[in-house]
Amino acid sequence: MSAHAGGYSADPRIRWIESLPWIVAFAGFFLLPEYLSLGARILIYILYALSLDLIVGYAGIITLGHSAYFGLGAYVAGILAAKAGIGDSMVQLVAAAAAGALLGVSTGAIILRTKALTLLMLTLAITSVLLEIANKATALTGGADGLSGVVVAPILGLFRFDIFGKTAYLYCLLVLFLGWWLVRRLIYSPFGTSLTGVRENSLRMHAIGAPVYWRLVLVYTLSATIAGVAGGLITQTNQFVGLNVLSFESAGELLVMLILGGVGRIYGAFVGPVVYLIAQDLLAKQFPEYWYFGIGTMLVLVVMFARGGILGILDGALAKLRSRR
Amino acid sequence: MSGVALETRGLCKSFGALTVADDINFRLERGARHALIGPNGAGKTTFVNMLTGLLSPSSGRIVLGGEDITAAGQAKRVKLGLGRTFQINALFRRLAVLDNVALAVAERRGVARRMLRAASMHEDVRAESMELLATLGLAEDAGIRILDLPYGKQRLVEIAIALGLKPDVLLLDEPAAGVPSLESHRILQVLDNLPEHIAILIIEHDMDLVFRFAQRITVLVQGEVLVEGPPEEIARDRRVHQVYLGEQHHA
Repeated sequence: MSAHAGGYSADPRIRWIESLPWIVAFAGFFLLPEYLSLGARILIYILYALSLDLIVGYAGIITLGHSAYFGLGAYVAGILAAKAGIGDSMVQLVAAAAAGALLGVSTGAIILRTKALTLLMLTLAITSVLLEIANKATALTGGADGLSGVVVAPILGLFRFDIFGKTAYLYCLLVLFLGWWLVRRLIYSPFGTSLTGVRENSLRMHAIGAPVYWRLVLVYTLSATIAGVAGGLITQTNQFVGLNVLSFESAGELLVMLILGGVGRIYGAFVGPVVYLIAQDLLAKQFPEYWYFGIGTMLVLVVMFARGGILGILDGALAKLRSRR
Repeated sequence: MSGVALETRGLCKSFGALTVADDINFRLERGARHALIGPNGAGKTTFVNMLTGLLSPSSGRIVLGGEDITAAGQAKRVKLGLGRTFQINALFRRLAVLDNVALAVAERRGVARRMLRAASMHEDVRAESMELLATLGLAEDAGIRILDLPYGKQRLVEIAIALGLKPDVLLLDEPAAGVPSLESHRILQVLDNLPEHIAILIIEHDMDLVFRFAQRITVLVQGEVLVEGPPEEIARDRRVHQVYLGEQHHA
């Protein structure tokens, strides 16, 4: 089974196929130097999608407001760099993570007492509130004009963010790798298995004595932390923060990417952003006015014919091949 | 073994003007095989839901193993030794049979919140879960997802999850519900082999099963205890015939 479900009989060892994303990432670095800025963006979105997969795919928490944590991380890193004069990339990233965690635990503690549509509306509300704050607090955020003048010092004092995006790409790749390692570890752990238990049947989880609410708050906080890191990365690579990082559209777009790739299977969070952002790049060049039509068509096809996303299609094809042998 | 495992004192529950539990005084002895019967709408499931903490009573007390649990949450009650099964399957449908049981075992052993080591490296949880499945004749199905499991076996997993909690008191809410009578002997066989020290309260509509299994029967009618006693007495009781067995021509 290639869906990564974790569990008490799942082999947690890393399979050779799991090195594929990293091989592709390195190949991209050497073979497509002119696309490195798109590449870095993809890497960041993969990390962002991973954080979403953790709560949507594994814990079954439905949300349209994940951009709140991503956006907060982006602004915290940006404000540190542009207003507080703190250029150290590690400090910026840790601050973005801490901000994501703090917002995650405080909002999660409230909204995770609710379910379904109420929960969905509350996640939307949180993002909207943050967006409005960012819009109005122009002294800090630059408001609708965005926050520019973000300065990032060379990493460890050695590696400067170059205009070709080489450093940024490798830096994002490294952070993504750490994030992937953490998420993968969580999913295969007893904690991760208990999250799938909550997703499958929270009534029964209560009946076996699990502290369901606290588990959800914890995973939500972890997810918000990772989203905060992803937000910090987008600021560092763009050296600019715009209001769009907090928008509902960006949260929705992320969900679309995850569904496209496949929900609840780790690598769906890799495939989705790659396909979505490359398609967006290509379509936007070819049909600047209609590119959303292409994305929309893809999503409709996936939702109608392949509920497991692109990885679900691959799974099905592999299963067919095996049964023919 | 003697002594009280679970007791309710003057337990009441009403939803607005509707009273669904009226002054229920109930005792479940240690190691008991006790059945709760009554016509539809008698308040059996409401009673069980109050025992497990899913519903809070309007008044009265619930005592589990000497400890007042009236205000305790579900998790606390489970920790104190209360397990339950559901009338309508409440399983982890897309997980394997093994994981269904292991989730409960891991909660009891306190490893369920661990994040670093892989679940499958927790040999103790795996081994205990496999052992439990073997005693229920489900060892070969360990790797099958609930979705792909026949319904009769799903009912057994329903019991297996509760047993993974090693309860002192086990509430079985219609364990044979929906199982064709040809297969229900398998359920009864499992029930007969449950560890003796567990106090069992079974709610069941299948009267054959009730009278073969229970040593004591409580009849609930319109939220009130009509009568309680050993099966022979219940079978002879006129009132029970009138309100409940009358239409079933049993005993």
